[in-house]
Amino acid sequence: MSAYRGVDYLDLDSLLSEEEILVRNNIYQFVRQEVIPVIEKHYEEGKFPLHLVPKMAELGIFGITLPEKYGCANMNNVVYGLVMQELERGDSGIRSFTSVQSSLVMYPIYTFGSEKQKEYWLPKLAKGEVIGCFGLTEPDFGSNPAGMLTKAEKTDNGFILNGSKMWITNGSIADIAIIWAKLEGNIRGFIVEKERKGFTAVEMKGKHSLRASVTSELILDNVEIPEENLLPQSMGLKSALMCLNQARYSIAWGVTGAMIECYLSALDYSKSRIQFDKPIAAYQMTQEKLVYMLTEITKSQLLNLQIGRLKDQNKVKHTHISMAKRNNCEKALEIAQIAREILGANGILNEYPVMRHAANLHSVKTYEGTHEMHTLIIGEDITGFQAFT
Amino acid sequence: MKIAVCLNHVPDTASKISVGQDNQSIDTSGVTFVVNPYDEFAVEEALKTKEKVGGDTVVISLGNDNNKESIKKALAMGVDNAVLLKTNEIYDSLSVAKILANEIKTQNAEIVFFGKQSVDYDNGAVGQMCAELLGYNSVSVVVGLEINGNKVRAEREIEGGREIVETELPVVITTQKGLNEPRYASLKGIMAAKKKIIDEKIPENCSNYTETISMKKPPAKQPGRIIGTDATAVPELIRLLKEEVKVI
Repeated sequence: MSAYRGVDYLDLDSLLSEEEILVRNNIYQFVRQEVIPVIEKHYEEGKFPLHLVPKMAELGIFGITLPEKYGCANMNNVVYGLVMQELERGDSGIRSFTSVQSSLVMYPIYTFGSEKQKEYWLPKLAKGEVIGCFGLTEPDFGSNPAGMLTKAEKTDNGFILNGSKMWITNGSIADIAIIWAKLEGNIRGFIVEKERKGFTAVEMKGKHSLRASVTSELILDNVEIPEENLLPQSMGLKSALMCLNQARYSIAWGVTGAMIECYLSALDYSKSRIQFDKPIAAYQMTQEKLVYMLTEITKSQLLNLQIGRLKDQNKVKHTHISMAKRNNCEKALEIAQIAREILGANGILNEYPVMRHAANLHSVKTYEGTHEMHTLIIGEDITGFQAFT
Repeated sequence: MKIAVCLNHVPDTASKISVGQDNQSIDTSGVTFVVNPYDEFAVEEALKTKEKVGGDTVVISLGNDNNKESIKKALAMGVDNAVLLKTNEIYDSLSVAKILANEIKTQNAEIVFFGKQSVDYDNGAVGQMCAELLGYNSVSVVVGLEINGNKVRAEREIEGGREIVETELPVVITTQKGLNEPRYASLKGIMAAKKKIIDEKIPENCSNYTETISMKKPPAKQPGRIIGTDATAVPELIRLLKEEVKVI
């Protein structure tokens, strides 16, 4: 195994614990050995590398911050972030899978579930024996989830769910879905197993982005579930948004990984590509690009780290996470595009990771709260004026 | 059953190595250190052996505090105990072997794993020397291993083929790529490793049997020469290979 290679211009490693560094380097090795060699093929074929799930489970990365008694690693949020950063250096699809499993499936079961639900589902999800997905977004309700049409109706033994969900990561490979639906007008969370009659997941095809990730539409046609499948502590849209907050945090770190990968690719290329008898790295315009990238990466790393530390102290606000998600996704996409320019025509080939990252980042900038929505979330926080509507 | 694995902390193979100002050692500034790659197979085999035959595993490393980084990695992979034989001295192979053999004796380990060589000085000698000093059997460059009771059956890599060797415990095995796939440290392993203590010992003084006089970088590679781009260049190519570089 080779030593860790990342970007650390300001000795930010000195702000990390030995254990945090060890975990990060470990995931780095995993990504180099298991993800990078297969990712281009999966991306091209539009397939998620499902064979990696048991290996990722063995590493212990699903539900990484949750307690040991549920089979999880009980690590801090900075470790969670670093793992996400390294995974996304492989591909946004791998990181997305993990974000969903951890933040959008295990987290709500842990936070809003009954003890019985936690004991039953969390160890299976941690081991990767069960894959989960999260159904909030609907075809006509993206940024405005409060308008959702999916309904739950109380029956004698449980509930009947009706509605459809769209843009659901892991949808067609998931064994369970956390479905958000209105029960007497209140948004609640429900666990729906894929075997339930009337539940269908249809994979969405034709994506130019996140091709190594499964995205599906979920259809709920009179799906009957028992009473015990309701997440009892889920109360209103706020519960769903709490999950998204966890996932957004992982995205902020993840895209920093994509930035690092694009930057290093461009840096290496610029030093070896000769034009007019010298490396293109020796030209001022290339240097300006590289310096801009490095500076933005360093700023993102600082944002992530401080937010991670605040999160570990329970002091983080959702607006803080919005700031990191908003900034880092925008900068990551920009960096991927600049890297592509440095690589010239080679930048479009799958010999280099930058075009794939650039394509992925277009999705990542949009999902889990668009760039615009995060702008308005922070805007409301600092001005007191809500400007969504 | 006590299973020991000896671990070295070496410059990453991707590092650019330069000779230090004393011309007798390498300049370590800016060089990252990693677990000696062949020792990773040794750690994995020690863990697999424990899973099969039971017992306790111990990782032994000779060096300074920096070695702890590699020791912790072995602990996170699942090794039970660790000993750091702490020194700032640079020892030659036989001295290293003597110090390690002493500790292996103290540990009462009956199965000992080494990487087949360290990628720093590349002597490829310490494992076998240790076996000799301890009076243990030894099989080197192992790519397959079965231990049943007292019996050891090992497959070795030899020039152009494989050799199967049988011997008995106690044994020193030096490991080669292909023996196994080293596992990743799981996060639970990393957490568990936090609670494990590295036993630090000061090794007995040992004097070296060899002295490093100087180190130098290999001469810069000569630039290539294009003698032609089609079949007409073949006679000239043959002439040069015969007369100039004398390889045919």
